[in-house]
Amino acid sequence: MVKKKIRILIAKPDLDGHDRGAKVVAIALRDAGMEVVYSGLHQSIDQIVKTALEESVDVIGLSIMTGAHLSICQRLLKQLKSEEMEDIQLIAGGVIPKDDIAKMKTMGVHGVFPGGTPFDEIVEFLQSLF
Amino acid sequence: MGVARYIKDEKDAIKETIYQSGISVKPVYGPEDLEAVGFDYQKDLGMPGGFPFTRSLHPQGYRSRAWTTRQYTGFGTPEETNQRFKWMISHGQTGLNVAFDLPTQMGLDSDDPRAEGEVGRVGMAVDSLRDFEIAFQDIPFDRIGSGLTINANATVLLAMYQVVAEKFGYAKDKISATPQNDILKEMIGRGAWIFPVEPAVRLVGDCIEYSVKELPRCNPVSVCGYHIRESGATPAQEIACAFEIAKTYIENVMARGIKPEAFVGRFSFNLNVFGNLWEQTAKFRAARKLWAKMLKEEYGVHDKKKLFLRGLFGGGGSGLTKDQPENNIIRGAYYALAAALGGAQTTALCSFDEAYTIPTSRAALLSLRTLEILMEEVGLRDTVDPLAGSYFVETLTKQMEEKILEEMKQIQKMGGMLRAVATGAIQREVTRQAYEFEKGIQNKEIIKVGVNKYIEGDHPEVERHEYNEAGAQKQIASLKLLRKKRDQQQVSLMLKKLEQTAKRKQNVMPVLVDCCKVYATVGEMTGVFRGVFGQWKEPGIF
Repeated sequence: MVKKKIRILIAKPDLDGHDRGAKVVAIALRDAGMEVVYSGLHQSIDQIVKTALEESVDVIGLSIMTGAHLSICQRLLKQLKSEEMEDIQLIAGGVIPKDDIAKMKTMGVHGVFPGGTPFDEIVEFLQSLF
Repeated sequence: MGVARYIKDEKDAIKETIYQSGISVKPVYGPEDLEAVGFDYQKDLGMPGGFPFTRSLHPQGYRSRAWTTRQYTGFGTPEETNQRFKWMISHGQTGLNVAFDLPTQMGLDSDDPRAEGEVGRVGMAVDSLRDFEIAFQDIPFDRIGSGLTINANATVLLAMYQVVAEKFGYAKDKISATPQNDILKEMIGRGAWIFPVEPAVRLVGDCIEYSVKELPRCNPVSVCGYHIRESGATPAQEIACAFEIAKTYIENVMARGIKPEAFVGRFSFNLNVFGNLWEQTAKFRAARKLWAKMLKEEYGVHDKKKLFLRGLFGGGGSGLTKDQPENNIIRGAYYALAAALGGAQTTALCSFDEAYTIPTSRAALLSLRTLEILMEEVGLRDTVDPLAGSYFVETLTKQMEEKILEEMKQIQKMGGMLRAVATGAIQREVTRQAYEFEKGIQNKEIIKVGVNKYIEGDHPEVERHEYNEAGAQKQIASLKLLRKKRDQQQVSLMLKKLEQTAKRKQNVMPVLVDCCKVYATVGEMTGVFRGVFGQWKEPGIF
């Protein structure tokens, strides 16, 4: 069986400019054979959802370093719902304390990968989704 | 093993050591190595305080004056930040290093919808002069200098700093501020950019030109290799980028008819301490020497004091880990040692909990204590440049110098720094290095204790500084009140003047000073620039 080629949007929401993690993960996923779209910095939730739609991605991966991960994920999930794009999987990475991971998963974030997560773990997780 | 590549044999003996900058390290060094790299005592080293300043800027180094400590501080409301400033000063800190929240850095007011959730989160929220009046209340401006970590709209915040200082009775020629004001590094790493390259660099030049004339004790630019290294660059690339960026700014100001001799003496640098101890130490020594040589030979600067590479060597954030966070206290101490052995004039350390969030007061104090212990207890003030003359360190310093020059040539091959940033060539290279480094950690070629070796399994996380949502609401409420109370007509008039000045490509600083005086907001002033200059579009790098 030929595995589906996963398309993922790596996105940097809001004002934070620390994009090392986002870019590094983008390269790792591309090296693992996925089609990766990188949003660039300072993207609003609206812009991210719009790009996801235009690029018809299967997954959105948010990179968040500021501590605002809970509210950002909540806003994005809400927007996906109102655009009827709930088939898109959401994952998040960045500076995310352990205690918040369960909260994010309950909220509807499919996978949470704090800084330092091995690339293989992210790749395997994404492959298991499709 | 460490931030270098170590090739070992089956018995765990090291066969080869290659530093990040690409230098191979030998097991033993002797006089023949100095000869091989063409080391010349007078030319390469000389006496501390003498050209080319490899050993130190000052003849007596830390004996005459210990380094300035400047922990990066600021969060929540100006009231909270003011308390933390005073608390750090009362514990012996000798300078300030102000952290602004992201809306301030991006030129948005606290009540802007785009600021939601970020007001006061990673730094202090500043909307108007009113906030500076609170934040700097009772700070002795003549004795305590302030680093202002602000870039895209550094002009706005520097103007505000001048106005608040004058309001508190300090003459503008007595105050010392160091706005970071390095937009090109924001475009390479860190990401707090707003305007396109050309007007963005012009604003940097405005700050420098104005300071030279009006704020003689200010350091109008702090060129940051730091964040480029944090974004992935090697130590040699860090310095090469910083120097190529500095040259870009020098040329911008020269084009205004000002001679380098008149302003380069006020340039400052912000460099990173993360990495291999020897490589970092050699990097600082080589950088000090190269900068002095470059200014003398390429820009005809003669006054000795204007050849100084002054600045902050510190931070080390990318070396800190989330796993076993207490290890970061120890890492910080070694990074600070590299800064001291490298002759740092000013320093600051990332705190051990910064892999989680901004530091708690206890963590910030521990960083300060680390710096104080080095100067007060361990003996770093005993003698100037204690590693001078070491066969290894002098060879390495020469080799670092060569590597930095090679990396500068690479940037010139990309078409120079402005073009390298506009095309994304430099961002691509820095990201490639970051990826290689991360792969190195994941396949254990690079060892991080507690991360990929000596792992403890489930570890406790640190006590965290919590974001204060109520503080954000308070900030928004006081901004709304300010808008009602101020003379709106004056504000509109000044903002109109600012727009005209920006359109005419004249220096915006004097008008910004007037805008700040009538309590125009950061969002309004930066908003005028947004309207005139537009926004930068990042080049695609994938």
